[in-house]
Amino acid sequence: MSRSRRIKLQVFRATIFILLGAFFLLPIGAMFEFSTRGNSVTAPRTMEAWAAIFQTADLVKAIPVSLELALITSVGMLVLLLPTMVWVRLRLPRIHRIVEFLCLLPLTIPAIALVVGVAPLYHWIEINLSDSILILSFVYLIIVLPYSYRALDAGLAAIDIKTLSEAARSLGAGWGTVMMRVIVPNMSTALLNACMLSVAVVLGEFTFAQLLYFENLQVAIAYVGLVSAGTSIAVSVASLIFAFTLLMILSFFGRPRERVAREEELLPGTESRILPLRNSFIGVPDK
Amino acid sequence: MMATAGAGVEVRLEDLRRSYAGVTALDGLSLTMAPGELVALLGPSGCGKTTAMRLVAGLEEANSGRVMFGGKDVTGLPANKRDVGMVFQAYSLFPHMTAQQNVAFGLSLHKVGAAEQKKRSGEMLELVGLSKYANRYAHQLSGGQQQRVALARALAIQPTVLLLDEPLSALDAKVRSRLRDEIRRVQLEVGTTTLFVTHDQEEALAIADRVGVMNAGRLEQLDSPVAIYSRPATPFVAEFVGLTNRLEGTVRDGQVEVRGVRLPLVKSDMADGAAVALVRPEAVSLGPDEDSVPGPLTGTVITVAFLGATSRVSVDLGDMTVLAQLPTAQASAYPAGTRVRLAIRPDPVLIAREEKAPVEA
Amino acid sequence: MTSAGNPAVETAARSEGGGRRLPLPWLGVMPFLLYVGLFLLLPTVIIAFGSFTTKQGDPTLNNIAGINQDFLIKAFVTSTTISVASALLGAIFGAMLAYAVATGNPRGVFRRIVTSMSGVLAQFGGVTLAFAFIATIGNVGFVTIFLQSHGIDIYANGAPLYQISGLIVVYTYFQIPLMLLVFLPAVDGIRPQWREATESLGGGTWHYWRYVAGPLLAPAFLGCTLLLFANAFSAYATVAALITQGGIVVPLQISNLFTSETGRSQPGLAKALALSMILIVTIVVVLYTLLQRRTSRWLR
Repeated sequence: MSRSRRIKLQVFRATIFILLGAFFLLPIGAMFEFSTRGNSVTAPRTMEAWAAIFQTADLVKAIPVSLELALITSVGMLVLLLPTMVWVRLRLPRIHRIVEFLCLLPLTIPAIALVVGVAPLYHWIEINLSDSILILSFVYLIIVLPYSYRALDAGLAAIDIKTLSEAARSLGAGWGTVMMRVIVPNMSTALLNACMLSVAVVLGEFTFAQLLYFENLQVAIAYVGLVSAGTSIAVSVASLIFAFTLLMILSFFGRPRERVAREEELLPGTESRILPLRNSFIGVPDK
Repeated sequence: MMATAGAGVEVRLEDLRRSYAGVTALDGLSLTMAPGELVALLGPSGCGKTTAMRLVAGLEEANSGRVMFGGKDVTGLPANKRDVGMVFQAYSLFPHMTAQQNVAFGLSLHKVGAAEQKKRSGEMLELVGLSKYANRYAHQLSGGQQQRVALARALAIQPTVLLLDEPLSALDAKVRSRLRDEIRRVQLEVGTTTLFVTHDQEEALAIADRVGVMNAGRLEQLDSPVAIYSRPATPFVAEFVGLTNRLEGTVRDGQVEVRGVRLPLVKSDMADGAAVALVRPEAVSLGPDEDSVPGPLTGTVITVAFLGATSRVSVDLGDMTVLAQLPTAQASAYPAGTRVRLAIRPDPVLIAREEKAPVEA
Repeated sequence: MTSAGNPAVETAARSEGGGRRLPLPWLGVMPFLLYVGLFLLLPTVIIAFGSFTTKQGDPTLNNIAGINQDFLIKAFVTSTTISVASALLGAIFGAMLAYAVATGNPRGVFRRIVTSMSGVLAQFGGVTLAFAFIATIGNVGFVTIFLQSHGIDIYANGAPLYQISGLIVVYTYFQIPLMLLVFLPAVDGIRPQWREATESLGGGTWHYWRYVAGPLLAPAFLGCTLLLFANAFSAYATVAALITQGGIVVPLQISNLFTSETGRSQPGLAKALALSMILIVTIVVVLYTLLQRRTSRWLR
């Protein structure tokens, strides 16, 4: 590349990064600023709003509840999805397309639309089974399907399930052993990815919770915000930090690849609840 | 500026130097290519051959030195003003264009009219034998076919110089040798001066008028393929091209003594002392070990590799293994396990002073 | 599980099995199919069905016709406007960002930070994003106060956050990172050899973008823009947290019908609106998938 072209490129890159960097950091900075304001314009900075998080009943109740939902959804997702996907790969490859379609289908159905059809179901469940907030897990499992499927699929693709399981079975292992001692240990990264994605989606979910009259974390934040913006903003910052931490962990555990070769079929979710899926493959070999 | 087809142009590289980030890629490369000649640059990864080619193409700027096409200094010209045809190792073709569109693309950039574009691109595809695939896209063509289209595209603009950057490395072995001959055939027909970069010595020796062996940014030897092989100028060339036996010995009075045999030297003015003689397998012959007296040149056959007309026999001399290459008929007398006595033909040999081989296989 | 151990026997049994044996393998996917059927397909059927039936259960087109009311049409127009605008802004700036990232060190720390941040920001939608902007350009937001002290009152024409222009800016905040994530692979797929080939054939920067890189990236760009459109169109949480009264976009109209008395008296209308949203998003996604196929063929 010629000198002048290289310089022009660097100028372009610097401009873009500075401009967009400013655009993105501004609201975040504003949140920090707002949540640490004192009582008047001249009052010193204070962490009152942050402390208030733990004094606000709605939030104190909603945070553990959301974490529980995240946990239940993750576990439920693994229990439902992983055996199914292994089974499809080993026993029923023909149905693979259907399973994939079903798993990606939730992305084409906006949450605000789906909730209209899910509500009658929940009405029935609340009357006949339970009205605990934890029943939200049922529908949450559906909305995390696309992200978990992609993450698990990448993990399964990277290891030759067929050969591994046949080898294990020929050595005398039962299916339970094959799952727990052969497949799962080789997929730890993918499993971690799938769980973290599920947790992120569940913690950020608002639509179903609100319209089905449950109070999860996001609903609580919105509710509290009507009264005390500062507290809600503090919680928002906290959740942002949490999400960032989650992602840093993801990127350290996921093996670094040269580049993402396959286009992630990322489709709309509620407010794009999409995180970079660590299912990147090594670039196509130079053949 | 388009050279007329059939009349190649002289290409001269004068003392080209290029380094980046503290690494010297090219350390003063000079070479002159005669019009219509095909010169192969051969060497291991990192020897600077690709850098040299990119400097000729104008894709990179040299730190110092000159590139001349037909006496004209093009060193300061950017790539798109140099009229060079390039074929890359991979991803040569534009994926969104058909083969014909690919070939015609360069013509359109040279402001050739649409009708003329069609005619010429048709001719070039004909030249490489792919007329029937004119409307196929890259992903519908095999690796070898893609490279042939790339060749047609490079030649369509009647370039001053044709540059081929390891064009066969990404292909299957069988396709490789067929395409190699194709490229040579086309190059001879069109007559463009050509620079062919490769790390495969078989390719370089088979296809080129002259071969330039490079190592660590320097040109070690520039000669005809036969000379490169049979009269290597430096130990590096001797060991990089073809197989070599490394026999430890001592230099004395302009000759080297290895394992009880005195061999003449290529450079007779070597200082006395310990040295490693580089002996080609073809210079080693086998004979039966009749008297079973162990000596420095007696040993046991380990393996015999059948290579067709010749076979390569590896013999265990106890402290080292020596390779001998002889006609298969003779080799059949010495199957694995036979005790043999070696003889070394007294050809002049090269000497290396290093402990171990400088180049990996 | 029956013919354990010997793969050859298993395969033979499977191919012979067909119609004669019990479809045992299907048992393994039953839990999954049943679950998805119950919580995904059934609700969708309820929506589709409910759109075309009255409260009593008789077939009708009234629900669909009900969409043709002024305030609902207006909501569709507003939704579309915001979605198109934020999609275009997100696409253009996101594409430029992707180019800036792709031309850097592929293994560098910087690239990883930008893609990770994009991952976080792309999911930072909803309630938390709403509050971020309240903190920025809300009544007493940081930027609001800052501009006021310099004599600029952005509340002169009403609260910017509750107007279309404000919403477009808010939506763009998560559209740009999303564009980076979905468009970057395509930009990565552009090989340096194509630029070099163009140059050696006599072309300059303009030729390269006009005849090579532009056409190659166009399907991906278009597809990703469509994706962004669908994303904005489906968005609910952000605008719900910002605008507690009123229904300027379709998702808000749905939630209004859902929670209000008038809504309960005509459940079919909410379902019809939901169905229309599903259809719009599905069409967009299908187009995206078709464009994707071309991109992945060229830019693998």
